[in-house]
Amino acid sequence: MDRFLSYVGRHTDDLLQQGLEHATVVGTAIVIATVLGVALGVTTWDRPMGRAAAVATTGTFLTIPSFALLGLLIPLLGLGWTPTVVALVVYSLLPITRNTIVGLREVAPAILEAARGTGMGPTRTLLRVQLPLAWPLILTGIRVSTQLTVGIAAIAAYVAGPGLGNEIFDGLSRLGSKNAINQALAGTLGVIVLALAFDLLFFAVRRLTTPRGLRV
Amino acid sequence: MSDHASPTATVPAGTVPAGTGADADGETATRHGARIELADVSKIYAGQEEPAVESFSMVIPAGELVCFVGPSGCGKTTTMKMVNRLIEPTSGRITMDGEDLLSLNPHELRRRIGYVIQQIGLFPHMSIADNVALVPRMLGWDKRRTAERVDELLHLVGLEPGRFRSRYPRQLSGGQQQRVGVIRALAADPPVMLMDEPFGATDPITREHLQNEFLALQRRLRKTIVFVTHDFEEALRLGDRIAVLGERSRIVQYDTPDRILAEPADDYVRSFVGGQAAIKRLGLIRAGDLDLLPAGSASLPSVRVDATLRDVLDAIVAHRAQRIAVVDSDGRVRGELDFDSLTAAADSGGAR
Repeated sequence: MDRFLSYVGRHTDDLLQQGLEHATVVGTAIVIATVLGVALGVTTWDRPMGRAAAVATTGTFLTIPSFALLGLLIPLLGLGWTPTVVALVVYSLLPITRNTIVGLREVAPAILEAARGTGMGPTRTLLRVQLPLAWPLILTGIRVSTQLTVGIAAIAAYVAGPGLGNEIFDGLSRLGSKNAINQALAGTLGVIVLALAFDLLFFAVRRLTTPRGLRV
Repeated sequence: MSDHASPTATVPAGTVPAGTGADADGETATRHGARIELADVSKIYAGQEEPAVESFSMVIPAGELVCFVGPSGCGKTTTMKMVNRLIEPTSGRITMDGEDLLSLNPHELRRRIGYVIQQIGLFPHMSIADNVALVPRMLGWDKRRTAERVDELLHLVGLEPGRFRSRYPRQLSGGQQQRVGVIRALAADPPVMLMDEPFGATDPITREHLQNEFLALQRRLRKTIVFVTHDFEEALRLGDRIAVLGERSRIVQYDTPDRILAEPADDYVRSFVGGQAAIKRLGLIRAGDLDLLPAGSASLPSVRVDATLRDVLDAIVAHRAQRIAVVDSDGRVRGELDFDSLTAAADSGGAR
């Protein structure tokens, strides 16, 4: 325990640097996945075939082992940030897309009828009525995706990607030598702390962005 | 409830003020109804042989409330929704004060026609004020005018603006929500309102309350209203005219409530009227609308001038009285009615 703490003390700068990179790559992927997933949900939610296809496809992505996906992306995208972000986007799509679809479908038909009856066009209805009402569910999807990708992002070190995965991989590759375990452990704990920090962030975002009328 | 109209005065129907064509130009004064004409309107859904609505033709005079009554699936709602083109007619012509509605942009058209549905459909994430302000904002009203209009309308239906403006729909009772539904439709002062069983989902007591309140409102506003209901009693209470519709929205009878009760066109209409047509007719006539007998000196059981003859009959039976006094809102005796007054009124078809 002492030796672990002193290891962390000696490598604080590295760990913070990698934690920051880890958070950045996850954040980037989540922003992109949110745009894509919400767009996919918006275009398919009221078409039975379309939404089934969207959920099935993005669900299939999730079954690809992360090692395999990252490895297969190397010939296409090389090493580093790009394949990492792409892989994380692929894994984030299902929760966001599916929750967007569910959220939009839960808007009561009477509300859409009222929107149409008062002369709101489709775009205005989507932006002013449907998405705000579906937002709490969409946000839950984004949060699940974030939790998922914080873990998967650790594997990105395999393709020379950024983040705390480097600590873990380094440590595990030097097993037996001094501090190898401590290094891997520091990386792992860093991932957990980051996941908790993201969760806290979402708690705040949820409070700030849920329309007040839905909280009363 | 209406503070200025004297009880006997019936506001003439179809008083269209000048300049009804002008849109949203700073006037908060009420715009009265517009004349609606449907000519040979049909709706055939793709893939169906039978039309849902078949050559429907009707003139709805400006400022009148017309109830469409008919069984479920007869096409009454479809017919109504063709007026604001939530359903596009397959053929036919619909005009509002002569303007061809089918040539307009449907979204812009709907902002000029109030729309109220049974499920209300308030937007739960918006405050009451934002719900009501929806159409005025789409029409580009400025902030002050919109806010003033919202407060004015909340007042109109007895919801104190200070208390209700910034509440959310979920914090309101069903009756309060439906009132907001009605004023949301009235917000931009449209000449025409479409109402699809607006009070159908409320409990009987709230419903009657809402109906009376709405009737008082309509006496002041004189909008042209198409009101769909399957409740014939509601149609009797609210309608200036009633259209009894059969299958494919065929008009079986289109007449005043009194005439439908007195002379139902056929057995189908009679089945809607149900029993007790004579009593129901008494329910359409207000005591104050009759020529009253001079008041005697005896103290009699009394009814208010705005009571119906049905109430008078009830009082006659309940008190075993020969005569009933009719008093105005201050309690002053205006005159008297006896049983013969009732039968005479029923014979002459009332004074509606």
